[in-house]
Amino acid sequence: MPTLFEKVWNAHAVRVLPSGQTQLFVGLHLVHEVTSPQAFDMIRQHGWKVAFPERTFATVDHIVPTSVQTRPFIDLTAEEMTTALERSCREFGISLWVPGQPGGEHQGIVHVVGPELGLTQPGMTIACGDSHTSTHGALGAIAFGIGTSQVRDVLASQCLALDPVKVRRIDVNGRLAPGVFAKDVILTIIRRLGVNGGVGYAYEYGGSTIDGMSIEERMTICNMSIEGGARVGYVNPDETTFAFLKGRRFVPSGAAFDRAVAWWRAVASDPDARYDDRVVIDASSVEPTVTWGINPGQSVGIHELIAADADDEALTFMGFERGRRVEGTRIDVAFIGSCTNGRISDLEEAAKIVKGRHVAPHVKALVVPGSQAVSRAAEAKGLPEIFTSAGFEWRGAGCSMCLAMNPDKLEGRQVCASSSNRNFKGRQGSPTGRTLLMSPAMVAAAAVAGEVVDVRTMLEAVPA
Amino acid sequence: MPTITSISGRALPVRGDDLDTDRIMPARFLRAVTFEGLEKHLFEDDRAADPGHAYNNPAYRGATVLVVNKNFGCGSSREHAPQGLARQGIKAIVGESFSEIFLGNSAMLGMPCFSADRASVDALQSLVEGAPETVVDTRVDTGLVTAGNLRIQATLPPALRDGFLSGQWNPTAMLLSQFDAVRAVASRLPYVSGF
Repeated sequence: MPTLFEKVWNAHAVRVLPSGQTQLFVGLHLVHEVTSPQAFDMIRQHGWKVAFPERTFATVDHIVPTSVQTRPFIDLTAEEMTTALERSCREFGISLWVPGQPGGEHQGIVHVVGPELGLTQPGMTIACGDSHTSTHGALGAIAFGIGTSQVRDVLASQCLALDPVKVRRIDVNGRLAPGVFAKDVILTIIRRLGVNGGVGYAYEYGGSTIDGMSIEERMTICNMSIEGGARVGYVNPDETTFAFLKGRRFVPSGAAFDRAVAWWRAVASDPDARYDDRVVIDASSVEPTVTWGINPGQSVGIHELIAADADDEALTFMGFERGRRVEGTRIDVAFIGSCTNGRISDLEEAAKIVKGRHVAPHVKALVVPGSQAVSRAAEAKGLPEIFTSAGFEWRGAGCSMCLAMNPDKLEGRQVCASSSNRNFKGRQGSPTGRTLLMSPAMVAAAAVAGEVVDVRTMLEAVPA
Repeated sequence: MPTITSISGRALPVRGDDLDTDRIMPARFLRAVTFEGLEKHLFEDDRAADPGHAYNNPAYRGATVLVVNKNFGCGSSREHAPQGLARQGIKAIVGESFSEIFLGNSAMLGMPCFSADRASVDALQSLVEGAPETVVDTRVDTGLVTAGNLRIQATLPPALRDGFLSGQWNPTAMLLSQFDAVRAVASRLPYVSGF
């Protein structure tokens, strides 16, 4: 009757350390350019080796420019950090995907690249120096966001010292209405349970709504677990998972695939698994959701009024008032992308809204595919033409305006309709910039209308 | 590694729930391959927006204990946030609660994060705001935080507490000490051997 979390934890537990923490083997370590250079330096200073270089994979996403990605990058710091990662990977024998180098066609946001290459698999423990590592739980892995000192530990030992967490089962049941997406579900969950409600828990998502979701939708849900305080979020592997994985580059084939499926099936939580807590969400109650505040828990349904007990600091910063709607808020920027919503299905949903329409004249709108593979898939479907003819900029792959470590930034008090994951003060690069989180389709609708609107008013295709 | 049993010093109160690591260390300061100099940029945007921010108050200069509220360090896993605090001279944090990643990152730097109830933390913040010269004493073994006449019972996660007390708060050496056991676990995992 164990949960997936307990099974995976136990299969990877090396020993109990003298401190009482568990030494946990990490099956897959993903590395990017921003949180790793100091870790590699620490490895060098101690004269250590990388213990399992074949279990670590690296790419660049956080700082890379998305306008032009030819090397050397125009941004000298981006070039320096990419070069440092190249040097470290060469020195320690780690696979790396960066623009301008062999394998560069696999570059992208680390949480998009791992699943699309089939590196991410059920039953694994995964670590990465990025809090959105929880994304990988969509495939039934236990994935931890870690800091740089822990990146050093994983490089040196392929292990982490951790305390186990409790498991909260979150059932989402029923059908989502048209125009309501996975993003709306996770924003609703975070609003209900709080931005720190998940501290000390792994979130196991299930129920008929989650069961019916694609892997990409499940990734959106698991991605934002950390915004609810849960370091780990996952969905039990099922037929959808196995079908997604089949044929991907790092997934075994033939008889080995069948053996893998048998093992993956067995790591799912038992039907009679005991949970430390249970929460049930009714999918039919979920509306297109937008944030009004400065953390991802501060959200409302599109027609809902901002509550009377809304936080003063958030209202002041955002320029909102209690008792009004976010609907109708004029926007300056529309951003579609990020590890939350930068995959092909996200771009397709946004393109359906955009097709035959045009971005409002005062809005700067950009689409940043989550990876070069997503970009190629979009090209094959003709999406770049739809977006660019509507007035969107079509960019190269990276994190871009989600955290604004590259030139993609808000200016002044600009308001951004964003498909990303954090509406923290200053998050999108301007200390006074304002972020409204929503689904990619809602961002597309806002870009067209020039203000926040209910995407359900634009679901019907524009006649050609 | 040294043992950490107590931290004493003046305190710096930073009020507010859900202070995320983007607030503590804005992302533009992560554009570097080292952690050097991060201490100069702590709460940089908050300080610019609010002249009354505790980090703008010279009375708190030299403080070694940071006093914060609920869910401190949420958001990004960037170790740059606790690195900046540690490099600024902070040696312990007392707060209502912390994000797991921030708490773990801080522990790796030998910087304990004590949790206490809201009323106690508020009392400590008020005390320090009124008398910044007050010495705050934090005990890792008992979780007791004292300042003037104020006595607060705080807690640390037991494994981290024991790690500080035994000088094993940075686990790399432990993780490497029985490497055969690591190889044994790896060899039992079907995905490591390719199914």
